[in-house]
Amino acid sequence: MWLTVLLLWIVVYPLALVFLQSVRGEAGWTLQYVAEFVSERREWSAMWASIWISAASVALAAIIGIPLAFVFERVDFPGRRVLGALVALPAVLPPLVGVIAFLFLYGESGFVGRAVALVLGLDEAPWRLRGPGAILLVHAYSMYVYFYLFMRAGLARIDGSMYEAAQSLGAGPWSTVARVTLPLLRPQVAAAALLTFMTSLGSFSAPYIFGGGFRVMTTQIVASKLNGDMAMATAETAGLALVALVGLALLRRTRGTDLVAAVGKGTAPPARALTRPLVRWGATGVGWVLGLFLLLPHMTLVLVSFVPVGTWTTQLFPPAYGLGNYVDLVSEPERLRPLMNSLWMAAAATVAALAISVWAGRLVVQRRASLRGMIETLVNVPWAVPGTVLAIALAATFSIRAPWVGRWVLVGTVVILPLAYLIRNIPIASGSVLAGFRQLDPSLEEAAASLGAGRWRTLRAITLPLLRPAILAGGALAFATALGDFVTSIVLYTFDTRPISIEILGALRQFDVGLAAAYGVLLMVFSAAAMTVGTKR
Amino acid sequence: MPEAFLELRDLTKCFAEHTAVEKLSVSVRRGSVLALLGPSGSGKTTTLRLLAGFERPDQGAILVDGREVTRLPPAQRRFGMVFQHYALFPHLTVAENVAFGLAKRGTPTDRNGRIAEMLALVDLAGFEQRKVTELSGGQQQRVAVARALAPEPRVLLLDEPLSNLDPGLRERTRRELRAALEKTGVTTVLVTHEQEEAFALGDRVAVLRDGRLEQAGTPPELYERPRTRFVATFVGRASTLSATLVTPNRAKLDVGGEWTVETPAPVKPGTRVTVVVRPESIRFAEEGISGTIAVRRYTGARAYFQVRVGDAVLEVEAPVHAAQHGDAVRVVADRALAFAEEP
Repeated sequence: MWLTVLLLWIVVYPLALVFLQSVRGEAGWTLQYVAEFVSERREWSAMWASIWISAASVALAAIIGIPLAFVFERVDFPGRRVLGALVALPAVLPPLVGVIAFLFLYGESGFVGRAVALVLGLDEAPWRLRGPGAILLVHAYSMYVYFYLFMRAGLARIDGSMYEAAQSLGAGPWSTVARVTLPLLRPQVAAAALLTFMTSLGSFSAPYIFGGGFRVMTTQIVASKLNGDMAMATAETAGLALVALVGLALLRRTRGTDLVAAVGKGTAPPARALTRPLVRWGATGVGWVLGLFLLLPHMTLVLVSFVPVGTWTTQLFPPAYGLGNYVDLVSEPERLRPLMNSLWMAAAATVAALAISVWAGRLVVQRRASLRGMIETLVNVPWAVPGTVLAIALAATFSIRAPWVGRWVLVGTVVILPLAYLIRNIPIASGSVLAGFRQLDPSLEEAAASLGAGRWRTLRAITLPLLRPAILAGGALAFATALGDFVTSIVLYTFDTRPISIEILGALRQFDVGLAAAYGVLLMVFSAAAMTVGTKR
Repeated sequence: MPEAFLELRDLTKCFAEHTAVEKLSVSVRRGSVLALLGPSGSGKTTTLRLLAGFERPDQGAILVDGREVTRLPPAQRRFGMVFQHYALFPHLTVAENVAFGLAKRGTPTDRNGRIAEMLALVDLAGFEQRKVTELSGGQQQRVAVARALAPEPRVLLLDEPLSNLDPGLRERTRRELRAALEKTGVTTVLVTHEQEEAFALGDRVAVLRDGRLEQAGTPPELYERPRTRFVATFVGRASTLSATLVTPNRAKLDVGGEWTVETPAPVKPGTRVTVVVRPESIRFAEEGISGTIAVRRYTGARAYFQVRVGDAVLEVEAPVHAAQHGDAVRVVADRALAFAEEP
């Protein structure tokens, strides 16, 4: 009951207020802002850009991710295991960090840009990393992983006899894929498509850094907010939230039932080993080239992080390297501060999100159907809301003092960013924790009760220890996400509470690429560590 | 009944759509074992969960030693429970599982003594430090019993205690369980859907059907003097024949012939009845109703014959060589029961 109220207040209420405020002015109800929004050409083009960029991202990610999943799950060649793990590596780059890595690598003054200019004898790179193409490049790189991981997980569960049955009925390999494998994996494809679409719709870092004059809704909203036009930002936010909800509803419908789970329980056939040596080692070679390509951003970031400020001008490779940036990070209080800010805010948000998840989990498993559906929906709402929308909603809700309607002035205080991180963490943490609860045999808690243990002792001695893997996994992922957050931070930060991502932006503005990269490396390391903790069983 | 230690009075529990338990009253003497027997959906597990306190009854009361415990939470009830899938805590060792209910009781030495005593009781001495996930099904079952008995519960509840064991292991585990119950003298309620298990473990057996008590009694009482047709056919093997009662103790069978019958519940002559007869109460004879041997099932010294009589089938237990497959035979019943036909 109290949990429902809490979730309604922090998750639903701000969003509802955004919709409400977009049709309310100083003089009461008005359609003025909506009219302004609708009549502006540039609003429409930003909206359209958001939608088509998202759709194109889904297509690109699918085209890259699905074949990769088939190759690594079905074909055996030397190095398959290591390479298969490497392919998932883009996932450890927080969005902003991935974007700056691309900037250092493929930007006009990045390594590849310089190399090409050198080879062709030009003064500068023959391209500019700008506009929709650049955004799609980053999206494709970071989001194909969803398709790759989901499809591999699905493929691993399809029983080998399925393929044999198709073959014995006369279907060739391609026809088997088209008529058996892909239809069976429809839920996985749909889930990956949904995740890619929603991530892309809410994507902010890539359009912000690479967009230039090309605006999508997220950058448009932040621009309006920074211009002080909060009314317009609110109307835009309502528009984007609407698109997100419609997209979610449409994509949910394509999911279908999980047929693999129904007919599954089978064991996947062993991957087919490549026998001809040339093909075998050719595959390994291509695999390593691909792996290297995927690792280039990470390596670039590490390399650039050793570059002292102001030393790298026109050379292909930086002329000087040193640990100076890292030393500065920990020794200069003003440099250390964003790091500490990010760490404590992410930690606080994660602990709170885990507490809410465990609370929700307890309620959900206690067979009270009415509350269960409600809570499961509520904890998942923030997932469907682009980060920018959430940030604007919080900024609008908590900038006024009106305790009787649940509003306090939190904007500008130390509370607002952890609160934003917390809300974004709730679906991540609860996804894992609720799954853990569902695997828990309810009779274990009953056994504890029948042996005389009260509620707290049962929670402490039985439930929490058994949920440990789920809590660790959800917590690690939530922590990494909050640590790398840029979208909500840029709307809600203050100078004193600025997190790492904001500092990266500041360093970039001062052309201190080394420092920006050093922060990026730290984020990358934390994310990788969190993923390692999270996937350990 | 004298000295009812555990008493269930008019217990009723409804779930959203259906009534799981309806006005159930039954009592258990101190130190004795009551088996709740019934097919799935008969409400026996719900009754056990009401006793444990995991569910609250809509009506009725549960009394222990004359004191009401109906609304007491499970943790304060001091009822031990052995779950169907044992519900051992997978992150704790055998000793820690058994110690769980002993928290804050006595000194650590006392507790260790109690743990050793309990493990010895279930023949698992020396298993203290083992992980429960490494144990076999039978060993897990015994740890569950030791864990439930360790805090000296007032009542022990067993949910299908043997159903998760291999058939070969069941017989032995049942004997050991019976021995452990007798040694501790704990008042016990167990739930099972197998008559054999109920008869072997229960001092008294309560047969449930659709949430209602059909009959409670000792195993011989239930087998020899069932009060309803359901109990007669559910407990032990039995064949049924449709008939019409002609006098208070004569029934005219639809397949022809007349049998002497007992009527446990009064039935008026002229009503349609179901005649129930046990395989050992029928024998092959010179006269009697005629049929053919449809199946002979060999079990050693004796055999079970299925005799087709009209459109009915009678099961007969007889010496192996009494008849052959396909033989035309005549049978008579030494004892048969008649119950009014259910609508």
